[in-house]
Amino acid sequence: MALPTYATPLERAWHWAYLAICTAIFVFLIAPILVIIPLSFNAEPYFTFTDRMLALDPDGYSMRWYDSLLTFGMTRPDAPRDAAWWADVWANAKWVNAAKNSLIIGLFSTILATVLGTLAALGLARPEMPFRRAIMAVLISPMIVPIIITATGMFFFYSNPCEALTWIGLSPQCGRLAGTYLGVILAHATLGIPFVIITVTATLVGFDQSLSRAAASLGANPRTTFFRIIMPLILPGIISGALFAFVTSFDEVVAVLFIAGPDQQTIPRQMWNGIREQISPAILAVATLLVIFSITLLTTVELLRRRGERLRGVTPR
Amino acid sequence: MNLPRRCLFALSAALVLSVPGWAAADERPLTVLTWGGDFTRAQQVAYATPFTEATGYPVRLVDVDSPTALIKAQVASGNVTADLASVGQADADRLCAEGLAEPIDPAILAPGADGTPAAQDFLPGGLDDCFVATDVYSTVIGYDATRVGAHRPDKLADFFDLDAFPGRRGVLKEPRFTLEMALMGDGVPPDRVYAELSTPQGLDRAFARLDSIRDQIVWWEAGAQPVQLLADGEVAMTMAYNGRLFAARFDEGRPFAILWDGQVYEIEGWMIPRGAPDVSAALEFVAFSTAPRPLARAAEQLSYGPPRVSAQALVGRYKDGVTELAPHLPTAPENLRSALAVDAGFWTDHDAELTERFTTWLAGD
Amino acid sequence: MATPLDPHAAIVTHAAGQGAAAEARPNAQGVLLTTADGQPLARALTRSRRRARRQAFLLVLPLLAFVLITFVVPIGQMLQRSAKNPGFSDNMPQVSAWFDENPRGAVPDEAAFAALAADMAAAAEARTVGIVGTRINYELPGTRSLFTSTGRKVARGIEPPHREALLEMDPRWADEELWTAMRNASTPYTSSFYLAALDRTRDSAGDVARVPENRQVYVMLFQRTLWLSLLITGLTFVLGFPVAHLLATLPMRRSNLLMILVLLPFWTSLLVRTTAWIVLLQQQGVVNDALVWLGLIGEQGRLQMIYNQTGTIIAMTHILLPFMILPLYSVMRTINPSYVRAARSLGATSWTAFRRIYFPQTLPGLGAGALLVFILAVGYYITPALVGGSSGQLISNMIAMHMTETLNWSMAAALAALLLAGVLILYWLYDRLVGIDNLKLG
Repeated sequence: MALPTYATPLERAWHWAYLAICTAIFVFLIAPILVIIPLSFNAEPYFTFTDRMLALDPDGYSMRWYDSLLTFGMTRPDAPRDAAWWADVWANAKWVNAAKNSLIIGLFSTILATVLGTLAALGLARPEMPFRRAIMAVLISPMIVPIIITATGMFFFYSNPCEALTWIGLSPQCGRLAGTYLGVILAHATLGIPFVIITVTATLVGFDQSLSRAAASLGANPRTTFFRIIMPLILPGIISGALFAFVTSFDEVVAVLFIAGPDQQTIPRQMWNGIREQISPAILAVATLLVIFSITLLTTVELLRRRGERLRGVTPR
Repeated sequence: MNLPRRCLFALSAALVLSVPGWAAADERPLTVLTWGGDFTRAQQVAYATPFTEATGYPVRLVDVDSPTALIKAQVASGNVTADLASVGQADADRLCAEGLAEPIDPAILAPGADGTPAAQDFLPGGLDDCFVATDVYSTVIGYDATRVGAHRPDKLADFFDLDAFPGRRGVLKEPRFTLEMALMGDGVPPDRVYAELSTPQGLDRAFARLDSIRDQIVWWEAGAQPVQLLADGEVAMTMAYNGRLFAARFDEGRPFAILWDGQVYEIEGWMIPRGAPDVSAALEFVAFSTAPRPLARAAEQLSYGPPRVSAQALVGRYKDGVTELAPHLPTAPENLRSALAVDAGFWTDHDAELTERFTTWLAGD
Repeated sequence: MATPLDPHAAIVTHAAGQGAAAEARPNAQGVLLTTADGQPLARALTRSRRRARRQAFLLVLPLLAFVLITFVVPIGQMLQRSAKNPGFSDNMPQVSAWFDENPRGAVPDEAAFAALAADMAAAAEARTVGIVGTRINYELPGTRSLFTSTGRKVARGIEPPHREALLEMDPRWADEELWTAMRNASTPYTSSFYLAALDRTRDSAGDVARVPENRQVYVMLFQRTLWLSLLITGLTFVLGFPVAHLLATLPMRRSNLLMILVLLPFWTSLLVRTTAWIVLLQQQGVVNDALVWLGLIGEQGRLQMIYNQTGTIIAMTHILLPFMILPLYSVMRTINPSYVRAARSLGATSWTAFRRIYFPQTLPGLGAGALLVFILAVGYYITPALVGGSSGQLISNMIAMHMTETLNWSMAAALAALLLAGVLILYWLYDRLVGIDNLKLG
């Protein structure tokens, strides 16, 4: 973004102003996320920098809020920190349980969304696919429809999944999905599917169909062709789709609020309660951990994207 | 490829097995929906633990955001998982009238300490077709005693007096409690409040009172927020639930004081969703927990008043062992002098209408 | 994957071989082109194409079925509630029948009151009188307890004449408005909730009328949702355009580095970002502290930037900004800089070159970003709920309120249906203008 040599002084001034504006916008984008990190080490229960923190006094900082993530909800938080204490943490601490739930729900909904989504993307990428556009529109819609509408619909549906069958004259009872892990997993899989579809179809656009023809002509059966030829090439797309699906589930709170039971407290739900009720710096400690988590994911996706582009021979933009 | 896959499998297996109720179903406990926080803790100490000790029947207290919505959905779909729920009197009234609750026969309830039948021992409104009271909670005005200066607020009207008591006000973002307090703050005596609220002029009067402090209002929704607002210095005075203010003062040593004048109290209690999995155990739990001794015990944990005359006499000291609770309860005689009981019937009729009007008013910023 | 990925590849080869042979013989002789195994070529091609279509469809089918069952059906089922509420008609069959037989405006006679008394007694017995009261209360506020109390009295016994007996119990039974409300509710399918969602109601003559001014809330909230979404879309454009332009014109290595600053917020939890804004903007928060420290405001003059509309706008702009930057960036990357240079060399000022040459080329990215941001903003729930206070609430928050607090599910469904209709129109527009296939992430 070098300035051409023929620039007038006005243009020069504008150029620097422009860079200053861009810097300000970057600060706006990133500062809120960075500010919470030092604040999570605040020794006081405030959301602002205390004088001691600004003076870089070590006493102004502490790990107490991280510690409270472990002890909150424990039966005996003050006991000596031996094996039994850690067992107590593992079994009872609310944030630890929330993390477990988030991981389980995220993992299974991601697997479901990725498997179904990849298959569908393979179909959608074929030139013969009928009603391609309409079907694509339906499959992407969970991302577009406001989450409150989706969650409201699920709230009724998951209370009695078979109620819809009354439309065709049956009146069955088939248990409930609301308040079960399965229910939340299905809901989150639905919400994650658009991301898998988008990333995998995007990868398949750059996929050279003659490669699979070559494999077939060399005697590979379809299964082999898929696992040995197609899969390795589109794998980066699948993985970043899966990561998107995972993050969607990991960050989702509205559907959880409407359909999850008390057993399925997830991290976002716990945060939602925390923010609405008693916002303490413990929330900032969680937030900091989540930021580190998203940095890891972001790095993974970037590396995958570059690898994918190298593999498919697409020159980096 | 193999190693990571195995690791992933082991990890997921470990996660799955570590979640209670996923891998193996235990004996089904009595499931009780309740409000969370200190409230759940008090019910655990006063009702659930002793009940399990006495009967061997496990009890599980479950915190939910909106028990009424959950119950309505569960009963409507014929898929009820909760045995019992803690709800306000108005909600119980509504659920009962819509056929969503099991009737509770007052005859099963324990008599008072002196043998008075339960029906006479409970406060008015404490027993209904599907409802048995457990506590009386109150919306009061709280303030930080160190911030108001020498002159302390001593009447509800002071909450609306920005000249004498400058500073922002925490107000509940709901028409209920708020409109009542606005009217009483405007000089309407408690016994006239609902008559006034039923007329358009009375409503206008309530909104006009709120208008007078509108720029200074910080709205809150969840019970812990006003206490937090007060602690952070975001507000000078706030509407709050008395139990939360009490806990902040005696557990955390905050210099908060309560203005009891014009307190608005509501009765809370048990209701059993229709088609609950174990109605007889739920009834047993209701009878057990609403005997005078457990009610007094719960009041000692939380400073919400016991709804039975004979339980009030039994309330002793707070869990810190020094504070006598009696004067801190909403049901203490001196606190009741200018108190208003929420009219459940009025709110079942006008909730929707006033919520709309309130929202319209709020939105008119 | 049961067949080769490109199933007609083999057939095409055969056909080509045959075709070459066939060309030797003139087609005019009426000889059909055939494949190696003697099938007519046209039919073989059609069949293989059909098979290919079927295979492609079978790959999509599991997901399609999944989405239909877990997403489309639940939403359809929910929307049904917006037009169907049999709370009155199911539980008051005789009165409903009386309404069917008598035209609107008919004065309720003894038969009507007798039907009412019989229905009330049955409903009180079945403990459904509250459902009836709740349904009528939606039409005419303040009547729920009328039904429950009368139900209780009727259950104890009622003697004819029913009209006098009921009026004795409560004089409101003679109220014309009440009978209008009951008539409006007497069919299971109703437009009441859609009317209510538009601040309208049906008066005694059956005409649509506005509700009293102090209860007109939904239209205002729809307007506010639209206006705030537009404003936020505009803000993301103003903030996103320079950044996207900078990223697109910088050398790859440096722009990749700066891109992280855009992608990190994109990948960070929504709740984390909302929390961050609460922490920054509250009165005892970082921004106010900094302003006080700088002496720009006094201790008493701390700004109220959160728990109101300002908070909603700031936080949502921040959260949605990457959705504007990313599509703009990917379009700007493809713009050839030589056009602008050519314009400059032909004497255009830099402003003219930007306005006439560069900006029009960014329009596809701008359209994609703006539509996406707008669609997402219209349905936002979490952020307004947490930082919106009272003036920053959007229509989604109203839907949530009717779902969990007032329990007026039909109303929630009607509001949801209107919101959904709006979003689907925008979605359709997006598909037309941008194409869903061009949706990109990261």
